[in-house]
Amino acid sequence: MCTTCGCSSTGHISIQKPGDIIHEHNHKHDMHHHHHHSHSHDHDSHHHHGERTIIDIEQDILQANQLLAERNRGYFAAKNIFAINLVSSPGSGKTTLLEKTLADNKDKKKFYVIEGDQQTMNDADRIDALNIPVVQINTGKACHLDSDMVNQAITKLNPEPDSIVMIENVGNLVCPSAFDLGENARVAIISTTEGADKPIKYPDMFEGSDVCIINKIDLLPYVNFDVEKAKDYARQVNPNLIFFEVSATTGEGMQQWYEWLLSR
Amino acid sequence: MHEMSIALGIVQLAEKKARESNAQYISKINIQIGTLSGIEIDSFEFAWPLAVKETLLEKAVKILDVVPAKAKCSDCNHDFDIHNIYDACPKCGSYFKHIYQGKELKVKYIEIEK
Repeated sequence: MCTTCGCSSTGHISIQKPGDIIHEHNHKHDMHHHHHHSHSHDHDSHHHHGERTIIDIEQDILQANQLLAERNRGYFAAKNIFAINLVSSPGSGKTTLLEKTLADNKDKKKFYVIEGDQQTMNDADRIDALNIPVVQINTGKACHLDSDMVNQAITKLNPEPDSIVMIENVGNLVCPSAFDLGENARVAIISTTEGADKPIKYPDMFEGSDVCIINKIDLLPYVNFDVEKAKDYARQVNPNLIFFEVSATTGEGMQQWYEWLLSR
Repeated sequence: MHEMSIALGIVQLAEKKARESNAQYISKINIQIGTLSGIEIDSFEFAWPLAVKETLLEKAVKILDVVPAKAKCSDCNHDFDIHNIYDACPKCGSYFKHIYQGKELKVKYIEIEK
């Protein structure tokens, strides 16, 4: 799932626009690990001779990600760009919500999209069909986007000033919560086909979000989902959350979400 | 799930610092992980041997400090131990709080051998 194989995950990440030429063989790299030529086995022989020294580090493990995230944030601020990070489980309707939002608002504002998925260009192709500039990040084995991937994607997109950049994270409610991308707002999406207790099952994500969109409300008559209960759970995790109840399919409730988005 | 990324991040950070001091290898590493840092200790322990394989940390003794989470209620100022992000203040029941400890994810020191 994650970068669990222990090999350098960067070898698998690809960042491309629809129409870019793809190198089909990029997964073969796995076979050529530099494991066996490593000199690290030699260390054992030095074990008993050296002097031991303590080096104080006192450094946050995510600092590298954090620093680059702040750089992205600075880039957005300088160009007066509003950037949002969309997070959810797979299948909650992130891409549909994004498509609907873009289709209804692309005449009012300039939009750019960064799509994150483990594999395929499918989501980027859906956005490209709306004539919105898009870059697809395929994370390979990684379960989240990080600020470096987003930095490369922005460089490729080169968004105009005063625009909105929508970053669709990998469908995963756990790992993306730890990685600041430099966004101005994080938007968590849950849908009525999921459990109402999702916010307390995955509290890290809801704690770090500014907005919670409850999607697929057109299905409420058919599913056992208590909207108020879901909001209560979410407020327990993060009392400052702003809620929107929408159906990206029928368009119900989307207006309020647009007003929030465009007023940033 | 991102424990492997975190473990690899630690390796990268520690190796960089060790190389700056011309270390042959790292004999000890002290890592602080808060109980609300989003890191599952068991998964981290599982990922560790894979992450350090054939690095300067391969033989390092790992000292893991688990930092218990603490919060201060924004409504009544009560200071309390917190086990879940969604815990209410045990005194007044408010969910508004500042978690001031327990989110640590930090390399404190390494011991190197030259």
